[in-house]
Amino acid sequence: MARFPETRGSLVAAAAGGDAEARSRALGTLADAYWAPVYTYIRFKARRTHEEAADLTQEFFAGLVEKDWLARFDPAKARLRTYFRMLVDGLDANEWKARGRARRGGGAPMLSLDIDAVRGAYEAAAASSQDSPEQAFEREWARSVFSMAVERFRTACAKDGREVRFALFSSYDLEGDAAPERPRYEDLARRHTTTAVDVTNQIAAARRDFRRTVLDVLRELTASEAEFRAEARALLGVEAPP
Amino acid sequence: MRLSDNTLSRLRESVRTPDLTGTRYHLVGPVGAGGMGAVFEAVDEPLGRHVALKVVDVPLDGEEAAEALLAEARVLAGLEHPGLVPVHDAGRLADGRAYYAMKLVRGRRLDEALAGSSLPERLRVFLRVCEPVAFAHANGVVHRDLKPSNVMLGSFGEVLVLDWGLARPVAGAADASGTPGFMAPEQAAGGPVDTRADVYGLGALLDAILRVPPAPARPKALLAIVARARATEPGARYQDVPALAAEVERLLDGGRVRAYEENVLERAARVVKRHGVAVGLVATYLLVRGLFIVLRR
Repeated sequence: MARFPETRGSLVAAAAGGDAEARSRALGTLADAYWAPVYTYIRFKARRTHEEAADLTQEFFAGLVEKDWLARFDPAKARLRTYFRMLVDGLDANEWKARGRARRGGGAPMLSLDIDAVRGAYEAAAASSQDSPEQAFEREWARSVFSMAVERFRTACAKDGREVRFALFSSYDLEGDAAPERPRYEDLARRHTTTAVDVTNQIAAARRDFRRTVLDVLRELTASEAEFRAEARALLGVEAPP
Repeated sequence: MRLSDNTLSRLRESVRTPDLTGTRYHLVGPVGAGGMGAVFEAVDEPLGRHVALKVVDVPLDGEEAAEALLAEARVLAGLEHPGLVPVHDAGRLADGRAYYAMKLVRGRRLDEALAGSSLPERLRVFLRVCEPVAFAHANGVVHRDLKPSNVMLGSFGEVLVLDWGLARPVAGAADASGTPGFMAPEQAAGGPVDTRADVYGLGALLDAILRVPPAPARPKALLAIVARARATEPGARYQDVPALAAEVERLLDGGRVRAYEENVLERAARVVKRHGVAVGLVATYLLVRGLFIVLRR
């Protein structure tokens, strides 16, 4: 019996592998997961402007492609996110800046997501947060993992006819800003024209499915069993209160 | 889609939190984590008592982890001893994770509780750790993960050995799970282990107890006990926990420790310390008697 849910395998291995199509797809997904953490880390650590940090982030992912950095990653020595931070620390900012935007598009995944949202979040956080650059990186990494899992769960629910389950999950667990308090099951039942018992069951099932989706995403973003376990514990493990 | 901080916190909590729907328990909050499971405080609603729920930790979610947790519950349920936490219930939660319910123990882990205590106090607590371990051995179970974080001192002086997640039948264990520094060499090598693996673990535990700051002076005889308990070869260790406990008791009583060859001076000092009044009386008698003889001449 498999110890963990079936997944599409490690993207890290695919991104460092020889199959060009798989490599490109894997690099794209890794960029989706890591561009916001890398951008935020550069801004926190090096105090770069938005434009400089965006350029450096783009160049970082170009380096992943051109310098084959992933092939040199050893999961026995460090977690991938630690390795990425070390690579960012090692960037010669001036050199990268000089190479500039002209290099964009040279096989590196483009940062197609909403960089303005991340910029706004960084600037809001920088004004009030006591986080270290490393903590900021890890917070953005957790956000990326969960964001990817939500999107994947939404797509899977739409494909399998589980729209109601996702809608209930969304109302109960995703709408954090709009409703600081979680809605009552009875109210959700009325809104979705079902019973409170059904809401209870659907949300429990949705959380179970979502938990597995998060683990799937995490599995893909790690390169070994040990790294997967360490990251899963860091991201999802229960910590004792102080 | 960029998740807000609030939504991210909510999702993480949702994924971590056990779903107690349909159970008799109402969640209070997390208590701790370790090994394969996370521990939560919950209220057993029909009885109105607080319990600890150990649930398979999310990162380990899977059938193998579930079976291991339930096996741990069965081991504990089969061992009724004041030094072991009683299990009340076990099963599966609505979210599919395995759990078991046990007595909620409020206290401190061993090394924290012993900070600042005297050597005799530390040794007496150690002897109480030995009791449930010896009891488990008598019932055919080896703990395999004895260390300070797995021993708790309760608010009323209870000494409880926790986390039986790696426990195995005496002759059946054959994997390299354990904690480096506390794990017997044969266990670390993945070979079969018997109760002497726990003798090693207790030796390491005793060593750790003695080093809790401010560390008291450690007599050579005590160091010899630790060394024998932690001998690389199982045959060179104490052959069971009662033999180890008996040595520590002899040390506490000022008796001769078999693991240590003392010289004449050390023996004399120990005898004087142990039998101070009697030695004093005999010495006084001999002195008076000598004086008497001298004076008669």
